Amino acid sequence: MALSKSHPQHKRRQRSNIIIGALLLGFVGLVFAITVVKMSNGAMLEAFDHSYRISVTPEQND
Amino acid sequence: MTDASLNAGSYNIPNQTEFDDYFALLKPRVMSLVVFTASVGMLAAPVGVHPIIAFASILFIAIGAGASGALNMWWDADIDAVMKRTAGRPIPNGKVSPHEARNLGLWLSVFSVGMLAITANFLSAGLLAFTIFFYAVIYTMWLKRWTPQNIVIGGAAGAFPPMIGWVAATGGISVEAVLMFLLIFMWTPPHFWALALFMNEDYSKAGVPMLTVTNGKKSTRLHILVYTLLLAPIAISLSFTQLGGPLYFCASLALNLWFLFGAFKLFARDETIASDENYKLERKFFFFSLVYLFMHFLALLCEAFVDFAFFSWPVVI
Repeated sequence: MALSKSHPQHKRRQRSNIIIGALLLGFVGLVFAITVVKMSNGAMLEAFDHSYRISVTPEQND
Repeated sequence: MTDASLNAGSYNIPNQTEFDDYFALLKPRVMSLVVFTASVGMLAAPVGVHPIIAFASILFIAIGAGASGALNMWWDADIDAVMKRTAGRPIPNGKVSPHEARNLGLWLSVFSVGMLAITANFLSAGLLAFTIFFYAVIYTMWLKRWTPQNIVIGGAAGAFPPMIGWVAATGGISVEAVLMFLLIFMWTPPHFWALALFMNEDYSKAGVPMLTVTNGKKSTRLHILVYTLLLAPIAISLSFTQLGGPLYFCASLALNLWFLFGAFKLFARDETIASDENYKLERKFFFFSLVYLFMHFLALLCEAFVDFAFFSWPVVI
């Protein structure tokens, strides 16, 4: 016997699944945010893309 | 075989476990107290913490506290089933099986300790691991069924969160963290013994050797008074640390005088009158003990954000 969509059990399971999904998404977001904070250590992040980076380019005195 | 046929056998089960049942295993009310005291420990620390790191650390401390709650419910399911206060918990009412509670507790313990180590530091994660071990093994499995001093020693588990919050921020243990620990540690016995005075029947029925069961109510009332007397200097001494100040001092002085007055009234109370009045005063004292702890930590939080020292305040500890 199939579990119809209108069955209260179906609704309860759906609610649980949504909560678990939201928790997992929240956890992924939190880990991402922690990683960004830890890596930047309070400073701006600067990606390395094989081009000159202003922060590591020595100042040129004229 | 389809999903529908897999489900067919189970959807008629009346006690189908829901998310709320698993959440109830984590003792949400205890978790809220842990969140509050750990937050104060962290925010009152003299080191700035990035908001995301602070939020994540508090979250993992709370999950660790919840994990120990689940392990406590797993081990104490037999006691919970007998006691009126706890009979509605997820295991006694058949919503969650004991092994599910045990597994949830164990996995959340590993998860919370590991994540706190990554988010904050190893010392705070180590303290969280010790707190979970202390509550689940030392208190729940050993002390609770063995000695009337169970909540005196076991109170340490509830006293660790502000220290963990402090360590997560500063990376070390200092006198302020120890005093916050001692404040909750010494507060726990009068708080739980007041509860035991009007829930004595429950504990007696479950065979838990609470002080009211083993030594009687008169002795318990004396113990409450003694511990309240010992608590007052510890609570007030926080005023003279970096954490305290005039606001905390005034609040602590007033709260301790009130608490001591209540403890003395409980001590002087006749048991027959207390029973006739359905332990009205004992219930009031129990409720006030919650206000007492909350107000102390709230005052510490206020001191951390507002400088109330309009004159030179002595910091001697």
